[in-house]
Amino acid sequence: MQYKHDAQGYWQATLGLITKVLVIWFVVSFGAGILFADLLNGIHLGGYPLGFWFAQQGSMYVFVALIFWYAKKMTDIDKEFDVHE
Amino acid sequence: MDLQTTIYLVVGLTFALYIGIAIWARAGSTSEYYAAGGGVPPVLNGMATAADWMSAASFISMAGLISNMGYGGGLFLMGWTGGYVLLACLLAPYLRKFGKFTVPQFIGDRYYSKSASTVAVLCLLVASLTYIIGQMTGVGVAFSRFLGVSKEVGIYVGMAIVFTYAVFGGMKGITYTQVAQYVVLIFAYVIPAVFISLALTGNPIPQLGLGSSLSGQDMSLLAKLDSVVTDLGFGKYTTTTAGSTLNMFVYTFSLMIGTAGLPHVIMRFFTVPNVHAARLSAGWALVFIAILYTTAPAVAAMAKTNLIRTITPGVVMQNADPYAADSQIQYEQRPDWMKRWEVTGLLKFEDKNGDGRIQYYNDKSKSDEFKAKAEAAGWKGNELSVNADIIVLANPEIALLPNWVIALVAAGGLAAALSTAAGLLMAISSAISHDLVKGIFAPDISEKGELMAGKIAMACSIVVAGYLGLNPPGFAAGTVALAFGIAASSLFPAIMMGIFSKKMNKEGAMAGMLAGLFITLFYVFAHKGLFFIKGTEYLDVIGGANSFFGITPEAFGGIGALINFAVAFVVDKMTKEPPEHIQHMVENVRIPRGSKVVDGSHAH
Repeated sequence: MQYKHDAQGYWQATLGLITKVLVIWFVVSFGAGILFADLLNGIHLGGYPLGFWFAQQGSMYVFVALIFWYAKKMTDIDKEFDVHE
Repeated sequence: MDLQTTIYLVVGLTFALYIGIAIWARAGSTSEYYAAGGGVPPVLNGMATAADWMSAASFISMAGLISNMGYGGGLFLMGWTGGYVLLACLLAPYLRKFGKFTVPQFIGDRYYSKSASTVAVLCLLVASLTYIIGQMTGVGVAFSRFLGVSKEVGIYVGMAIVFTYAVFGGMKGITYTQVAQYVVLIFAYVIPAVFISLALTGNPIPQLGLGSSLSGQDMSLLAKLDSVVTDLGFGKYTTTTAGSTLNMFVYTFSLMIGTAGLPHVIMRFFTVPNVHAARLSAGWALVFIAILYTTAPAVAAMAKTNLIRTITPGVVMQNADPYAADSQIQYEQRPDWMKRWEVTGLLKFEDKNGDGRIQYYNDKSKSDEFKAKAEAAGWKGNELSVNADIIVLANPEIALLPNWVIALVAAGGLAAALSTAAGLLMAISSAISHDLVKGIFAPDISEKGELMAGKIAMACSIVVAGYLGLNPPGFAAGTVALAFGIAASSLFPAIMMGIFSKKMNKEGAMAGMLAGLFITLFYVFAHKGLFFIKGTEYLDVIGGANSFFGITPEAFGGIGALINFAVAFVVDKMTKEPPEHIQHMVENVRIPRGSKVVDGSHAH
């Protein structure tokens, strides 16, 4: 039953990582880009109001970084639980 | 060399390249035909996915939409990129591990039901066919605008090109032509943007230029744009939202899950060698998409600035009074590019107050203060109507760029439309040959027979797509909402629950898919007419337009998805668990080890 236990642990670790990814995904786009955009527009990033920047630039940069970070972390988890390819 | 010859030369060269690739990448097996042999490296697959994803609409129309909408246009940017995060961590790696050719096959096997797979095929066909109409008309428009041939001839040429590499090369031919098409389209998009950014702000990187000051002024471009458009009665560029905050929220959400659920995008992840490559490939796809998508808002804001600067030069560059009589240019002295685009009908001038000058402003403004100013200035309504598509198409001319850049934009627009059309055709033909012919009607078909069926299905799909492009049904414009709505409300939840819930059974999944689909169609049809037939709208049944908390029909897919999840959950609790072997299959799908080259064998 060793394998069964590992499979569960692996899945828990995966879900934990996915939760983190989705929280960041939500915060930069729906949070900073939409819900709190007006608030953030008081701050400026160069010529960009910050809320506008998140909606039209920043969220996309974070998305890209997020996927690569996720891919790297998943590789670590795969190895830790010995299920890598 | 004159412009027309340059365009023929550049477009001709790119087409020769695509055909060359097609000859090199012929498909000899079903694995090559459906999944490019399963050996495409993540970076190349990322590029192909980006070209597959970025359609004529992304290339030609998106910047114009953002230009008109301002801040609210960000919903397209976030929605169409954020979906890749969901794809990368919720769907792609698991579907790759599952290792079959098509999305309906996953649904059919996971929910141990041919009916479920048939529902998925139906959703896929409707979503992909409605999407492809736009691509074919895009091909026709690009040809007629740039090559001076009729729209019909344009569509025939486009069909012939796609035919050569899609029918003979299948996924393999499509993948490698898409890589070439990505390169063409990204250069075509970015080069004019660089020149325009340099001219306006002195910064050659558009993403930074948008956050810089206008050349020779101490005011940032966006602050200037805000003040100029407010003076013209428009909402502030950097804060005007799309409808309401709630609508923008839901719209963005719908586009995200719709993107993640579109079968022609998901299919691309069956072509990579393993699970790890599927994750990375989603990242690379987004890198290549983001290059265009982060440039688009710069193009949008700069084009708007350039347009207003053309009409009222002193206002943008020297803080002149926008209401002064001599602030606007005289129609007779308009620049050449305006004359050229007037011929196409995409730019129209009507001298409403007879002063011979161009007044461009928001005559629907609700501000009494602005209305008083406009009246005092003797303005009698907006005199210039600008089609959103001009923003990208006329960009090189507005910035006075050389002919080869204009030719490149033509080739880029065609590359964007052709690559997406090919990806959609692949999704359609594989659903027919693999899920319907092999999965249901003729399970004993040989590999050779299936390959032939695939090619015939592809050829027929091209003819149907061409026909729809030539005779676009009256509802063509409204159908993109439908494609995303269906992908979001039916396919995405079904796939996701298939991976993340071991206990989800066929009854739950099917009830969920049908409920999500039905409620979304119901809401869309209420606004756009039953099956988009004019005059059959039934807005009073749902209590008026956008009656569901002010949400527009385009934004409704996300609500449909939530209903899908809820219905599936309830029905699942009331019916019996899925069989043991299905639960084992789900456990297996969750683990990367043991992934093999995708194949077509049906599990039951």
